[in-house]
Amino acid sequence: MTTIDDTSTAGTPAVVPDATPVLQARGLVKTFGRVVGLDGVDLDLYPGEVLAIIGDNGAGKSTLVKCLTGAETPDQGEILLDGNKVHFKRPQDARAAGIETVYQTLAVSPSLDIASNLFLGREVRRPGFLGTVLRLTDRAGMRESARRELRELGISTLQDVTVPVENLSGGQRQAVAVARAAAFGSKVVVLDEPTAALGVRESGQVLELVRTLRDKGVPVIIISHNMPHVFEIADRIHVQRLGRCAATITPQSHTMTEAVAIMTGAAQA
Amino acid sequence: MTTTTATADPAAEFLDRRSPLERARGVLHRYPALSPAIVLVLSVIVFGLLNDRFLALSNLSLITQQVAVVGTLAAAQTLIILTAGIDLSVGAVMVLASMVMAQVASGSGAPPVLALAFGLLVGMACGGLNGFLVTRLKLPPFIATLGTFNVFTAIALLYSRGATVRGGDMPAVMTWTGTTFPVFGVRVSTGVLLMLGAYLVLAVALSRTAWGKHVYAVGDDKDAARLSGISVNRVLLSVYLTAGVILALAAWIQIGRANAASPNVGVDMNLDSITAVVIGGTSLFGGRGVIWGTLLGALIVGVFRNGLSLAGLDVLYQTLAVGILVIVAVSLDQWIRKVRK
Ligand SMILES: Nc1ncnc2c1ncn2[C@@H]1O[C@H](COP(=O)(O)OP(=O)(O)O)[C@@H](O)[C@H]1O
Ligand SMILES: [Mg+2]
Repeated sequence: MTTIDDTSTAGTPAVVPDATPVLQARGLVKTFGRVVGLDGVDLDLYPGEVLAIIGDNGAGKSTLVKCLTGAETPDQGEILLDGNKVHFKRPQDARAAGIETVYQTLAVSPSLDIASNLFLGREVRRPGFLGTVLRLTDRAGMRESARRELRELGISTLQDVTVPVENLSGGQRQAVAVARAAAFGSKVVVLDEPTAALGVRESGQVLELVRTLRDKGVPVIIISHNMPHVFEIADRIHVQRLGRCAATITPQSHTMTEAVAIMTGAAQA
Repeated sequence: MTTTTATADPAAEFLDRRSPLERARGVLHRYPALSPAIVLVLSVIVFGLLNDRFLALSNLSLITQQVAVVGTLAAAQTLIILTAGIDLSVGAVMVLASMVMAQVASGSGAPPVLALAFGLLVGMACGGLNGFLVTRLKLPPFIATLGTFNVFTAIALLYSRGATVRGGDMPAVMTWTGTTFPVFGVRVSTGVLLMLGAYLVLAVALSRTAWGKHVYAVGDDKDAARLSGISVNRVLLSVYLTAGVILALAAWIQIGRANAASPNVGVDMNLDSITAVVIGGTSLFGGRGVIWGTLLGALIVGVFRNGLSLAGLDVLYQTLAVGILVIVAVSLDQWIRKVRK
């Protein structure tokens, strides 16, 4: 187990206000029968920032993220990636465009090993006849890059990439899921409640991972219920309330109490 | 950035504080073919001690030939069960394919290659129908294949008018799978070799191709697979089609083994194929198991049946023993799967 050195607090990168957002949502609406999941949401994600999304249960956080990542298609509104309109019909589409997601219901395959999980859905084939005709995968190569990827993310507890994921602890599984999202040069990484099921130390490791990602220049959207985590990690905070964006604040502009007040409707931004 | 001077063996972290029993369970969990391998070795030893005719080369050869057909069916069954499905129609598909092969080969004077091709088409059509019912109509595999089991059985009987086609009425190619040749003194049939070939191809495909990983992932957790970008329905359909191909192969092996094609043989092989898969350590819940385990499972069933009959016991005791084997195997699987919650 690595210990997290907590000396690197708040190296907040200045968010350039007039930079083009990497990812934008405009007026997203999503209904489920009579239930309104999203009621016209706007969202901006700028290069190199960690954007937290907070909100009460049922505020539409997961639905928002699912629309951004192709797991749901919005009824109305548009999504722009690097300023260009995109339409994601399936998670594969978003993934192909560089948006990687760790869903709340951890989408890993327990019986497959770590390397197979990292490469699931984008396996690398052997070169030449073996790969193109016999379609054999480059197992050794994938294991090697899995190891390298984990090392670069500072996840040193997962050195044996041939261990089935079901043998890992909750935090280690989460690390695998995050590593999968972070690997392969993704443009945007989205994490839905990544620390909800974790203990203190494991949460710390995941937050450390988020920081590593940001320091590599990858913008991150993170949903969390945990205010201390949000205020520790976020550059900006999108407050979701009743299917809409109630406010966008920063850890500097508001206190946790004020954020909660906006979240519950007790105060305006 | 942390450098990788981590604990030497990360596995040690969760291996140490466990009792020997839990450790054994962990090992069995990681290597699903281990328990059937142990059972096979033990049962060969026990039956060998009980009756010295059991270990005679001619008897061992007989066991492999008896296992060839069920073993091939079980290979197809393994694929389906790995996706958390089940196929009750494997025996019926094989019978239907064998009847079509035999009729085309014996009646029309068509070249035997054409007969085999027709059988292959029938196998794939049957598999395709099962796949369609499971992926498009969203029927549970158990129900879908219970239905098609009856449909295919009836079609086979109607098509053949209930009549057996004798091997002598077919070109030699059709019964080629029943011919034997000596390997180090043991007579091996072509059918056994074809079965082993099927296992080899499946083993490579399952462990060394993206398709294989996707089969496991779909069986493990469909939603997770979908979110990982896997087209679940396409994988399922491909699995049922592949199973159809293997069942056509089983039909050919069956014609050679029986030196005939009969619409009344093979229906009971459904359950034997599931038995072989389950004894072989593949979980009925999907996502866990290896194809070689199934081969071991089929051999265990063959060894039990053969050994008990050599011991002079009534065939009912074979059925009893196989039944107990299944229950023990499934219980063992339940227990093994409890590793880490
Ligand atoms: N698949 C669905 N079917 C029906 N209602 C849904 C579905 N997904 C979300 N909802 C509803 O949409 C609203 C927002 O849900 P969600 O985005 O999961 O909220 P959060 O993640 O903020 O807790 C809730 O009222 C929820 O019940
Ligand atoms: Mg949620």
